Amino acid sequence: MNNKSLKIDDLQASISGKKILKGVSLNIKKGEVHAIMGPNGSGKSTLAYTLMGHPSYKIEDGSLLLNDENINMLSPDERAKRGLFLAFQYPVAIPGVTVMNFLRNIYNKKIALANGGKPVSIFQFNTLLKERMGFLKMEESFAKRYVNEGFSGGEKKRLEILQLEILNPDLAVLDEPDSGLDIDALKVVSEGVNRAIEKGVGVIMVTHYARILNYVKPNFVHVFIDGRVVKSGGPELAKELEDKGYDWLKGKVNSKH
Amino acid sequence: MTKGIAGIGEDYKYGFKTPEKYVFKSKKGLSKEVVEEISHLKGEPEWMRKFRLKSLEIFLKKPMPWWGGDLSGVNFDDIYYFIRPSDKQGRTWDEVPKEIRDTFDKLGIPEAERKFLAGVGAQYESEAVYHNLKEEWKKKGVIFLDTDTALKEYPDIFKEHFSTVVPPADNKFAALNSAVWSGGSFIYVPEGVHIEIPLQAYFRINAQNMGQFERSLIIAEPGSFVHYVEGCTAPIYSTNSLHTAVVEIIIKKGARLRYTTIQNWSKNVYNLVTKRAVAYEDATMEWVDGNLGSKVTMKYPAVFMHGRGAKADILSLTIAGKGQNQDVGGKVIHMAPHTSSNIISKSISQNGGRSSYRGLVKVLKGCHGVKSNVKCDAMILDDKSRSDTYPYMDIDEKKVSIGHEATVSRVTDEQLFYLMNRGLSESEAAAMVVSGFIEPIVKELPMEYAVEMNRLIQLQMEGAVG
Repeated sequence: MNNKSLKIDDLQASISGKKILKGVSLNIKKGEVHAIMGPNGSGKSTLAYTLMGHPSYKIEDGSLLLNDENINMLSPDERAKRGLFLAFQYPVAIPGVTVMNFLRNIYNKKIALANGGKPVSIFQFNTLLKERMGFLKMEESFAKRYVNEGFSGGEKKRLEILQLEILNPDLAVLDEPDSGLDIDALKVVSEGVNRAIEKGVGVIMVTHYARILNYVKPNFVHVFIDGRVVKSGGPELAKELEDKGYDWLKGKVNSKH
Repeated sequence: MTKGIAGIGEDYKYGFKTPEKYVFKSKKGLSKEVVEEISHLKGEPEWMRKFRLKSLEIFLKKPMPWWGGDLSGVNFDDIYYFIRPSDKQGRTWDEVPKEIRDTFDKLGIPEAERKFLAGVGAQYESEAVYHNLKEEWKKKGVIFLDTDTALKEYPDIFKEHFSTVVPPADNKFAALNSAVWSGGSFIYVPEGVHIEIPLQAYFRINAQNMGQFERSLIIAEPGSFVHYVEGCTAPIYSTNSLHTAVVEIIIKKGARLRYTTIQNWSKNVYNLVTKRAVAYEDATMEWVDGNLGSKVTMKYPAVFMHGRGAKADILSLTIAGKGQNQDVGGKVIHMAPHTSSNIISKSISQNGGRSSYRGLVKVLKGCHGVKSNVKCDAMILDDKSRSDTYPYMDIDEKKVSIGHEATVSRVTDEQLFYLMNRGLSESEAAAMVVSGFIEPIVKELPMEYAVEMNRLIQLQMEGAVG
């Protein structure tokens, strides 16, 4: 399919019976960058988890259409197979599994799916991995560490972006890829995201601060408050939020009630 | 999401059997006559015959252990204590009888040999049928034989060391083994000799109601090194089998010995084994003990550190599935100053299986500067399964450093979600977390075993998720 897209239509979702998403509609096309900005607790991460099919988040109403297929009922791995990817804000540790083995495993899974291709050899994969790790300024020894175990915040974010680049999905949800990064790490991570975008990945960038948007240019900015998109605009909206904060928009939510 | 993960070790891939063809099979049950007959058929010296008979008396007097696994299904009267598979000891592959060769073929041993094995000692039923030791080792004076042959060919070395580490009175099953032992490996490594390629033996039970009572004796002379690997598989039978081995190891000054076991008996085997090493000055003993199969296993590899600076490392890996009770652990006895020990135990319990770590750290008075560290990690995959820890400590010296740490974990929903996000199915995700959990031990295994172990876990996670 040429027109890769994710259509979110009036998405409503709850966790433990509590409604968090109260009707979200977005349309993300191949190569586009949509920034979702909002204060803490506005439901941004819930949106990310719901898109990816976390079992604790229940879709109450609305639909998710990935490349024109309804994926509401699909498990996370089925969504991943169809080209969806989530870079976690807080990735979990998988003790005892090396970064190298983990990445080769998921890469081969992807290859096998793509064209029934044969898995790459350890040697081939290591060549690829070395190159990609170089892009993200990661030490070679990193590949031998256990996934996310004892990683600094910055290392975790880099590993998420490394996976993004290796898996090359159609659509990636990046949940606060900038949190906890110093300026050098932010640049490295942003470059990785930009490389993915150049390859045609559509991006939903969930972020609290506008800072990363200086490096990854959004096509659209959506302000998210209380489980809804309350305002959408171009990159200039991010600038406005940086200057004025979110409070001026909270009134908009209340007026809708 | 985790509730459906079950089935590690549920499918037993070695559940084939070959038609029985024996030269001799003893009567069922245990008696003085059976023991005499075994000794007679083997043409043993008088001292061994007497040793067996004395051991039988001890066995009959000792009560069954009241602790550990449930042994109520063991019926000593319903077991064959001795079977001789063929009257000839094979030295090359072609000399090994065809049925037995077929069995080994199914186990992939010749293939493994092509890849890795430089010397193979394989036990089929009660006696080894195939031994192949590299010429260069022979030149260095290394002896690698089945224990029966060693008794005949090297009576002096044999008698000097036999039963010095595990006396018959040690426990009921050591006494049983001492009375009816047959086969096993005998290894002698002369002073300063290093054997870089692991010596390997496969053990196999192929007759219904047959006990296997191999007896191994390893002697590492000063400054030597050897790694011995045994893997065990057995076909499935509907009635119970008994495996009661004794392993004795003597490591002299500055020598190092590693003994790796992958136990994958079928689910009706009672696996009751006594494994013990004595380590002299600056000697190192390493037990790597993997328990996947059997109905009940009770096994606590031990190291008695007799000499200053001796070291003990025990790595224990256990998987307990449906109907299995793995009661395993390790014992370290510090009998000299500045000795050190390290026990790492990893267990996985699933589908109603029960695994227990049972360990002893003992430090005698006056053994200052002892260091000991015990780490027990249990992973429980569902609510039906169980894991227990029984860490006994008996410390009679103040100037020591003793550590103990225990953790219990699960495959978490967050781990599954993370991995499934990357395109892995739920069972693949769970298998990856489990293989990570056991990785610290698997990485210590020879390559072929490590690969086999991970494949086993992957296979058995498949189709197990509902």
